[in-house]
Amino acid sequence: MTRYILRRLISAIPVLLGISVIVFAIMALIPGDPATAILGSYATPENVARLNEDLGLDKPLIQQYFIWLGNMLQGDFGRSFALNRPVLDEVVERFNATLVLAGTSFVLCSVLGIVAGVISAANQYAWPDKGITFVVLLGISIPSFFLGMMMILTFAVNLRWFPASGMWPIFGDRDLFALIRHLTLPALALSVVATGVVARLSRSAMLEVLRQDFIRTARAKGVPERGVIWRHALRAAMVSIIPVLGIQAGFVLSGAVYIEVVFQWPGIGRMLVDAILRRDILLVQGGVVFVAACYVFFNIVVDVAQSLLDPRIKT
Amino acid sequence: MALLSWTRRMALAGGTALSLALAAGLPAAAQTPPGVLVVGQVAEPQALDPHAVTAVNDFRILMNVYDGLVRYASGTLEVEPALATDWEISEDGTVYTFSLREGVTFHDGSPFNAEAVVFNFERMLNEDHPYHDTGPFPLSFFFSSVDSVEAVDDLTVRFTLTAPYAPFLSNLAYPTGLIVSPAAVREHGAEFGRNPSGTGPFTFTEWRSNEAVVIEANPDYWDGAPDLQAVVFRPITDANTRVAEMLSGGIDLMVEVPPVALSEFQGDAFEIVEQAGPHVWFLILNMREGPFTEQAVRQAANYAINKTALVEDVLEGTAEVAAGPTPPAFAWAYNEELEPYPYDPDRARELLAEAGVENPEITFFVTEGGSGMLDPVAMGTAIQADLEAVGFDVTIETYEWNTFLGRVNPGLEGEADAAQMAWMTNDPDTLPYLALRTEAWPEQGGFNSGYYSNPEVDALLEEARTATDQDRRAELYREMQVIVQEDAPWVFVANWVQNAVTSDRVEGFALEPSFFLLLDDVAKN
Repeated sequence: MTRYILRRLISAIPVLLGISVIVFAIMALIPGDPATAILGSYATPENVARLNEDLGLDKPLIQQYFIWLGNMLQGDFGRSFALNRPVLDEVVERFNATLVLAGTSFVLCSVLGIVAGVISAANQYAWPDKGITFVVLLGISIPSFFLGMMMILTFAVNLRWFPASGMWPIFGDRDLFALIRHLTLPALALSVVATGVVARLSRSAMLEVLRQDFIRTARAKGVPERGVIWRHALRAAMVSIIPVLGIQAGFVLSGAVYIEVVFQWPGIGRMLVDAILRRDILLVQGGVVFVAACYVFFNIVVDVAQSLLDPRIKT
Repeated sequence: MALLSWTRRMALAGGTALSLALAAGLPAAAQTPPGVLVVGQVAEPQALDPHAVTAVNDFRILMNVYDGLVRYASGTLEVEPALATDWEISEDGTVYTFSLREGVTFHDGSPFNAEAVVFNFERMLNEDHPYHDTGPFPLSFFFSSVDSVEAVDDLTVRFTLTAPYAPFLSNLAYPTGLIVSPAAVREHGAEFGRNPSGTGPFTFTEWRSNEAVVIEANPDYWDGAPDLQAVVFRPITDANTRVAEMLSGGIDLMVEVPPVALSEFQGDAFEIVEQAGPHVWFLILNMREGPFTEQAVRQAANYAINKTALVEDVLEGTAEVAAGPTPPAFAWAYNEELEPYPYDPDRARELLAEAGVENPEITFFVTEGGSGMLDPVAMGTAIQADLEAVGFDVTIETYEWNTFLGRVNPGLEGEADAAQMAWMTNDPDTLPYLALRTEAWPEQGGFNSGYYSNPEVDALLEEARTATDQDRRAELYREMQVIVQEDAPWVFVANWVQNAVTSDRVEGFALEPSFFLLLDDVAKN
């Protein structure tokens, strides 16, 4: 198992290098430069040239890339032009906020999705199955950012039950309850689509398992129906559900970008959107590489979890 | 069946828990404390160093933390004393001697004196100054006419200019002229922008990234402590979320309300505040090549565009039709007799026929957004339709704002025939001097991207900035406006009327023509 994990980790290196090259190239290709962004409307070509020189942006691209990569390998992601603080500080701080949001959504979509899928499968073609299928299809079809806006309109503006934006109250204690109040709407909006997907796939995975011989044996031995479904069948179905969850983890993480903008959640998605608009090159590059590294890491974790669950997967 | 009843129980329990949580949250929802004003900002500030930033968004915070030697009197663009109690200008207009206010200290406790003023301007202007690298200082050219700054004694400071420069006082009142604490700059260096210290009515308390900048009342303010206890500036970049936050009571004041959202705030719970400012939205026309080299074609474009429709329909009444290059907000320098080019497509067609170009093809640069650009894409397409209606063949090219500036500022030659642009300035000199003189062509480092050149205008502008008598200056600017309108180097489109919405708990709030946000006389119950 250790060798397997090690092999997976080593294979991640070329992936991350490739990502760094692509991100760097894209940022170099995007028109508009940080000097103009910093100097604003009064940017004369001379001042722009001088500032670019100060920022080291006049060097050949290849040289810029290797300087950046070299610094990054030593843990120095550079300094954000627009925020005037180290990129890594900003990225880590914002990533924590994203993890809270995406993590909650992931738990929500996993639990709700699996429960809904199991209930659907256990009652195939009966009304709970039809009801859940309808709700799930509705959920999958509504874009999360639109749902988010509608939630703000209903629950923040009209009913005033929840705050419309932000992660913490501006005044008062920053306790768990305050966080939950701010988290409820964005986490729900973010998890709806993923919940639908998990529910659909859990349903089919369960149906497949329920047709198998060992389920018939269990029933014949007199195991109660609840035990058959939740203990025997779900456990077997988890082998096909876990990779789906892995994909959904990535999905909620990337979906968080829209939700963070709509709800002004101070996470990494909103940070990247702002940074791109401000041509804050180092922040975008550092942020994307960091997020990519997390993706790769999550993938490895999912694969390892799956191999632990299913002995048929060769390590 | 067992399975179902179990889930029903669960659903019931979950629902009860959720509604309890909701009910508990109800009273606290959307209520800001009295005495604390929460302002919805359009973006996170770049820095709280007034010399290093250029955005109005940042100025809105800065003007409450810092003072300048002089400031604009409330509701006008006229200069009045602030940290300087009075000043003398030499006969030839090149030496300004300021007497400074006694007993003022910076928020960090260090004294305000002549040395502090010298430090501020040396930091910006002198490349050898030990703290010059805490910049860049993009607007330092506002003071490029300053030859030297010296402390005559502890409370007297003298500026010597290389030549007479009438907008000098007005530039001192601009954020670029605000006085920062030298002790704080020495202590924090490049981090000063996150640890600001000035002499203003509010002191900086904390900056929570992406959440809020908090400032608190300065009880020892020389001009009287403010009514508010504190102000919280919240960056909410998404306009819809900003509107929702205002409607749900999460903020007390929002600026730059999107025109389409204004109707949401009709009624007693809110107040809409408006103020015209020194802003001009125009099209730069390329006079070096293409159809706009002909004056008749430029005038035709001015007649062809229905500015009233743009202002009323696209901008929902949040702007007024512009008549010339100088906005009416500069009341003393504005030529009241100037009438905007009327919407007259027939006259436009006639002029095109006279010029012998019936279907001129033009490339038109449009930006996606940007400082003071209002609703550039919608305005751009409306303008395209109007121009095409009289025979122009218009190709729009749209660029993101920074890219746009990178293409327009170096000059339109070889790029485009027309480009959108907007300026917000503090003195009637700034825009025409930087964007209409022959010597302001891009190759000379100016912003005259359309290569307009009229020796008469050049002479008027040169004389106006050296004239020390304001009446004489006004006369010169009025004359300049008539000539420029006739020459039509631009299509004069709109002057923005800035807006803000406050909740009914806010009292004494007004917008300033300078676009600043001054909160020391505001109260909130």
